[in-house]
Amino acid sequence: MTSLAIPSTFDVAALRADFPILGREVNGHPLVYLDSANTSQKPRQVLDVMRTHHERHNGNVSRSVHTLGTEATLAYEGAREKVAAFINAPAASEVVFGKNSTEAINLLAYAFSNASATADSDPRFRLGPGDEVVISEMEHHSNIVPWQLLCERTGATLRWFRVTDDGRLDESELDDLVNERTKLVSIVHMSNILGTINDPARIVARAHEVGALVLLDGSQSVPHFPVDVQALGVDFIAFTGHKMLGPTGIGVLWGRAGLLDAMPPVLGGGSMIETVTMEKSTFAPAPARFEAGTPPIVEAVGLGAAIDYLNDIGMAAVQAHEHEITAYALEALATVPTLRIFGPTTPEGRGGTISFALEGIHPHDVGQVLDDEGVEVRVGHHCARPVCVRYGVPATTRASFYVYTTTEEVDALVRGLDRVRKVFG
Amino acid sequence: MQFDQLYQEIILEHYKRPHGRGLREPFGGEAHHVNPTCGDEVTIRVAVAGDKLTDVSYEGMGCSISQASASVLHDLLATLPVDEALKVHDAFVELMQGRGQVEPDEELLGDGVAFSGVARYPARVKCALLPWMAFKDAAVRAGVTVGPEVKA
Repeated sequence: MTSLAIPSTFDVAALRADFPILGREVNGHPLVYLDSANTSQKPRQVLDVMRTHHERHNGNVSRSVHTLGTEATLAYEGAREKVAAFINAPAASEVVFGKNSTEAINLLAYAFSNASATADSDPRFRLGPGDEVVISEMEHHSNIVPWQLLCERTGATLRWFRVTDDGRLDESELDDLVNERTKLVSIVHMSNILGTINDPARIVARAHEVGALVLLDGSQSVPHFPVDVQALGVDFIAFTGHKMLGPTGIGVLWGRAGLLDAMPPVLGGGSMIETVTMEKSTFAPAPARFEAGTPPIVEAVGLGAAIDYLNDIGMAAVQAHEHEITAYALEALATVPTLRIFGPTTPEGRGGTISFALEGIHPHDVGQVLDDEGVEVRVGHHCARPVCVRYGVPATTRASFYVYTTTEEVDALVRGLDRVRKVFG
Repeated sequence: MQFDQLYQEIILEHYKRPHGRGLREPFGGEAHHVNPTCGDEVTIRVAVAGDKLTDVSYEGMGCSISQASASVLHDLLATLPVDEALKVHDAFVELMQGRGQVEPDEELLGDGVAFSGVARYPARVKCALLPWMAFKDAAVRAGVTVGPEVKA
């Protein structure tokens, strides 16, 4: 968090001109897009790179000797190198492309599953009765359901960290929760509903002390602040392209050197093999082992372009800008009568995703009135229903910010909430 | 203006002052429905005597559309003959699934016509239909024979 001292070094108004969609109107009002935790908007630079790829370089990857195939392969593998550098991974071969974070997490879950069903597999990935997987109450459903299913398949036990009243991860039972029976800890880096940023240091240290692996869900962190997988010390990290200015359909599982090659394949097919006979196959090393079939090529290229765009701004500057907007929004929202924030109410240790409730007014109604003002927020349980249950609400309204968000947009949100209270008050 | 058609005064009125709310005895069938995307919930109880409904009671939590819809459902169906109640049910479902193209029958639907604007908001149609789908399940459990399943 040391980089928070860096002031905004870019001109937000100029940057917004790169995002064609931010120029449109919604219901007769200028678009106020406050749903970037759901999916981010895409700058023209990303759209142009993807268009050019299709228009000039389209060929299948890793299997053609012709020029187009070579260009496409270079672009695809170039994107992998950009991803690796972006998260400070030691090698591009540790980056596996998939569809999204959900698929990345499921990939690891099914690798555990397949290893558990095979006699000579790596013991770190073998699960059975008596073994434990640990998650937390603040996870997105994508980091809950795959582990529930894995535990059902293997007989392992699922346990979880609780969340404190002020929206922080409760690590008070760390030594009990993570113990010699634990095989995997999978927790979120930044909560998609509470905005809480978790420092995984203590959990990683404890997990490694007992021989367990750690997966960090970086879906909401990698897009918003510098993430260094080596400094974090985690074993795996999952994130997705569409929340970081890239297209949908491309996600990443990064795995520490040696771990990916110790995992059995999950999807079988073309490109993931070493040799195939009619009886049996052997498999390529990672990352190819986990990329069966034609991958999302142009989507990976688009993600590479998004990373270039973010690097041009600088992730420290992105973080500083969002920190300013978040501080401004927390103060502004505090002036709205009957508004209750779920999660940290100060900008320290939290990101630009703010969930709240207006007393007695359902989030669906809040979101509908805001939409009529051109203000796009998400309403519902945000695929994190256990968090809603934890705070005793069926749903929340969530405003989330990104590099293109302005204080004027926060003002529009607050004005919109005044209208909500007039309609339903 | 579309927005005012969505939140018609009648809907806001039913939301703020719901009619017939609360689960009552006796009842022949009960159904609890949830909208998984937003967490809205409604429980409906149906009481039947012969070929007539004698009560439709409900409890729920959710947005103005779903809760007002339950209140209107109670007003419209609570004491109707079974065949007429099903006719109203089908007309309401048809209105909601009509994408704003269906002309509502005010005689049949009463305050239910206020929901015609909701049909233009695909994301909210499920909210309006939630109590009606629960009603149909509860009616079946109360022994009422209904037509083929209508998907929300």
